Amino acid sequence: MASIRGVSVKSLGLKDDKSVLPYLLLAPGLVYLAVFFIYPIISLGQMSTQTSSGEIGQYKQSFRFANYVDAFLESKEQFSRSFIYATIATILALAIAYPLAYAIAFKSGRWKNILLVLIVAPFFTSFLLRTIAWKQILGEEGPVIKVFRTLHIISPQTTLTATSFAVVTGLAYNFLPFMTLPLYASLERIDPRTLEASGDLYANGFTTFRKVTLPLSMPGVVAGTLLTFIPAAGDYINAAILGSPSNKMLGNVIDARFFKIVDYPTAAALSFTLMAAILIFVTVYIRKAGTEELV
Amino acid sequence: MKKLTRWLSKNLIRVYAFLGFTYLFIPVFYTFAFSFNDAGRSNLVWKGFTVKNWKNPCGAPDICMALGNSLKIGLISTILATILGTLIAFALGRYKFTGRSTTNLLIFLPMATPEIVLGASLLTMFLNLGVTPGLVPTIIAHVMFCISFVVVTVKARIASLDPRLEQAAMDLYANEWQTFRRVTLPLVAPGIAAAALLAFSLSFDDFIITNFNSGTVTTFPKFVYTAAARGIPAQANVIGSSMFFIALIVVIAGQILSNKRKAKI
Repeated sequence: MASIRGVSVKSLGLKDDKSVLPYLLLAPGLVYLAVFFIYPIISLGQMSTQTSSGEIGQYKQSFRFANYVDAFLESKEQFSRSFIYATIATILALAIAYPLAYAIAFKSGRWKNILLVLIVAPFFTSFLLRTIAWKQILGEEGPVIKVFRTLHIISPQTTLTATSFAVVTGLAYNFLPFMTLPLYASLERIDPRTLEASGDLYANGFTTFRKVTLPLSMPGVVAGTLLTFIPAAGDYINAAILGSPSNKMLGNVIDARFFKIVDYPTAAALSFTLMAAILIFVTVYIRKAGTEELV
Repeated sequence: MKKLTRWLSKNLIRVYAFLGFTYLFIPVFYTFAFSFNDAGRSNLVWKGFTVKNWKNPCGAPDICMALGNSLKIGLISTILATILGTLIAFALGRYKFTGRSTTNLLIFLPMATPEIVLGASLLTMFLNLGVTPGLVPTIIAHVMFCISFVVVTVKARIASLDPRLEQAAMDLYANEWQTFRRVTLPLVAPGIAAAALLAFSLSFDDFIITNFNSGTVTTFPKFVYTAAARGIPAQANVIGSSMFFIALIVVIAGQILSNKRKAKI
């Protein structure tokens, strides 16, 4: 990867300009992110150690770090569920998206651009509508469950919605384009001659895939899994629509703490823990996968 | 049978891709089909074909107000995020400067932060400052999470440009500004357009961050979520399907346009 990056950086012909121009270009956007991304995160951190000052919705700073312990212990079940669901959904999405991206990159010919548009197209029908559509398709009134029951694939008591199965497949479904596009981008860059060379050296299809295609597509795998895992771990819509109360994820707890219970410090502590956990996970993962070609 | 297995093993990946696309589009088709359902308030069971929902998409109470808010928020956020993001992308794609990796990190972090954390942190800040959630805080939030996606998209386009085109313009005595306006900008324009489309679709479809910061202002996704409890009116399916077709037409028209331009060159 290093050599590829080296070449691309050189051919970019970056100007070694000592002028202030690049800073003038950066300033508006970066100041915006500092004020509306960094500062809010700091506010969230401050909120997370506050305690109630008696009135509802009023808090004072008392540096009570035990908020974190309390919040974590109270919702450790949802916390671990978020990570388990997101991990399974990410693996599922990878399994669905890899062959899809492979087919678009290598087998689609002149249909390539159309197929790429089709990958993103479902985005434009609101994702809430699509999730609710899944609920109705798999639900008690829907066609799938009737067929399954008639064919005795599932027992009359079994439901498809309000299960962890529905939540996980919902997550995998909703973030599938985020997985497919980076995979496609890295597969598309592979020179088909490297695959031919592998065949010439008597590797069969599977060996070629394992030794050539897969390693070369690793940047896409890493980017795709991150873009799926991160939103999936923080999501609460799929759990709210497709799950039952026993499938609640951390996002549902944070949402309820904010809007139903009006307990901002706990919500803030949970949000902060979620973000920290994800950042640690991402850092370890990127180190392990050995690629920093993300942005 | 042998023929079939041979065909299948040769075309396995194509069959698989077909199934993948089917899976991706089932809920889209379902949403479209049920926009023709003669269902009244709750669009749960098929009750017969009608086009009355398409004739009267604003028929459900508040739905077009919500849609209007979403379009307003989406448009303003897209313009602001596209300008801010494109400027950053040019700085990153064209210049060496100190603080480059910090900039990259600052662009990457909002994408690596779950939406619920972004939404909750902004709400916390607004509450601390005594700002009431509403339209402006929502736009502020949308611009924030769209910037990074604009930067990444436009930067990729800048990186794929052939630097010799700019050198050629300079050799033909164009000054730096002329080169930028006549050569660089037209070449980067498709990337900026793609970024704007992406920003709009992210903003239009956002629920989580919006829900935290919009207060009493209803957007289309918020309308759908609230309606879901008591049954979604078929008009929501009409609007969802229309957005799908409009976006598809815009993207395909853009493709044809860029193919034509390529053919000219």
